[in-house]
Amino acid sequence: MFLLEPLQYGFMQRSLLVAVIVGIICAVVGSYLMVRRMALLGDAISHSLLPGLAIAFILGVNIYVGAFVAGVLSAVLIGWIHTRSPIKEDAAMGIVFSAFFALGITLITIVQKTNKIDLNHFLFGNILGVTVSEVRDTAIIAAIVLLAVVLLYKELLFYCFDPMGSQATGLPVHWFNAGLMILVALTVVASMKAVGVILVLSLLITPASAAYLLVPRLHQVMLVGSGIGVFSSISGMYLSYYYNLPSGPAIVMVVSGIFFLALLFSPTCGLLTQFKQALKPDA
Amino acid sequence: MNPLAFLHQPIDSSVSPSFRSSGESIALHRVNGSIVVNHLTVNYRSVQALKNVSFTVQPGTLVGIFGPNGAGKSTLVKAMLGLIPSVTGSVLYQNRPLVEQLERTAYVPQRSHIDWSFPATVWDVVLMGRVRKSGYFHRFSASSRRIAANALERVGMMEYRDRRIGELSGGQQQRVFLARSLAQEADVFIFDEPFVGVDQKTEDVLFRIFRELAQAGKIVMVVNHDLGESITHFDHLILLNRDLIASGNRTQVLTLENMTRAYGGHVRFFGNQVA
Repeated sequence: MFLLEPLQYGFMQRSLLVAVIVGIICAVVGSYLMVRRMALLGDAISHSLLPGLAIAFILGVNIYVGAFVAGVLSAVLIGWIHTRSPIKEDAAMGIVFSAFFALGITLITIVQKTNKIDLNHFLFGNILGVTVSEVRDTAIIAAIVLLAVVLLYKELLFYCFDPMGSQATGLPVHWFNAGLMILVALTVVASMKAVGVILVLSLLITPASAAYLLVPRLHQVMLVGSGIGVFSSISGMYLSYYYNLPSGPAIVMVVSGIFFLALLFSPTCGLLTQFKQALKPDA
Repeated sequence: MNPLAFLHQPIDSSVSPSFRSSGESIALHRVNGSIVVNHLTVNYRSVQALKNVSFTVQPGTLVGIFGPNGAGKSTLVKAMLGLIPSVTGSVLYQNRPLVEQLERTAYVPQRSHIDWSFPATVWDVVLMGRVRKSGYFHRFSASSRRIAANALERVGMMEYRDRRIGELSGGQQQRVFLARSLAQEADVFIFDEPFVGVDQKTEDVLFRIFRELAQAGKIVMVVNHDLGESITHFDHLILLNRDLIASGNRTQVLTLENMTRAYGGHVRFFGNQVA
């Protein structure tokens, strides 16, 4: 009853759908970010969505499209600064994403004076407020992302594990890299409404990292990570409904809790598991 | 290893009496199957990492690429495969640019360039050798799986099939990479420092399979860290120190003059820096 009661409301059904979708695609795409050690790029791209979102809103275009364009643009700009100047990649990320973020906040603040648009919903998410069209857009994005990952799984695995070796067999690694950036941008756009641009990094990295502590192969990391992501976003949504908590932070707190459990109790590399094994020979 | 230590040994001892001249006779028959590197120059940032390097490698040869640290050995093989841009020069295999037939090459990077904590098993890594042959949007076929299993068997790693790669020793990791390159069924094999941090068993497996590949008419090029006794395994040596110092068989390459130019010059360079 406790679980089913809220589902009689249309808005809860919509949020549940978005929670499931976002939990899955964030974990899948986040697995790539984790193994390529590019977690912070996910953060940079998500912060950079804001100005595109605001400009699209002003122009009356679909804000998802505007946000996506800004996200891709930020990744291109980071790469451009990094390759054309002596500036290192992490510095380039910091410069670009803070600039985009500032511009976005400025634009949204100006816009929200006269319009019904709430900056906080983009910053921290508002999963209980998703509209039918937002559910549709999220589903379309998820279909594109998952199709790309399934169709190119073996190539992307080779590329992420050994970029040089895969390039030496003639695989178009520059396209793979660009493609992964696009997948990241699409995923953070789809997750914006659930957890907000500031906390989306958590849904990208944390389920994948928890799964990495539990299973040995990339596709298993993606599957277990998806399970963790879905469970977290649904429970966060319920917490948000029953206790009137902000949805994004509620989801993030659940997923972080699961990560710490995995860190402590993973059968292969958990901190407490190792501690127990260290005690065993003496016993 | 002290690069100068080699100079204290009599050069003749490095030249194995069992040197076979068969490499040259093969060359006459199959000259079209060779790799021809012409005037290859590579810049790394503002430094010339490789200056105007030219040499020819015949099919069926096991080639050792030697030189001091920073001589451009890895740079040479990466530039040959188009992994880094070259300023000038061409690399032809069977009279066509090598970069246009990369599906026929297998490259194994230095072990230190790989993240061994990556979530993949031995089997995942060996199957990567079948990615290109399988084609986009296709699963690995039964024959691809058989080829991968045979490759794993050949390097003696079948029992580790389902192990996570991070759990293996350095030598075992190198053998898994060797199996991956075998699974590629390539014609040109390039290994970057495969002997670093590996056990004797792995070294034996590597040289045994390199020899089998060469006997099957393949070209096997191996970047080497130091000039140990293993040098006698190679049919063809390339001695590099940004410039090509020498290319040929052991008697042609391992002369006192060449070694001084490759290794002694480097030491003098540091002396000048201090002065």
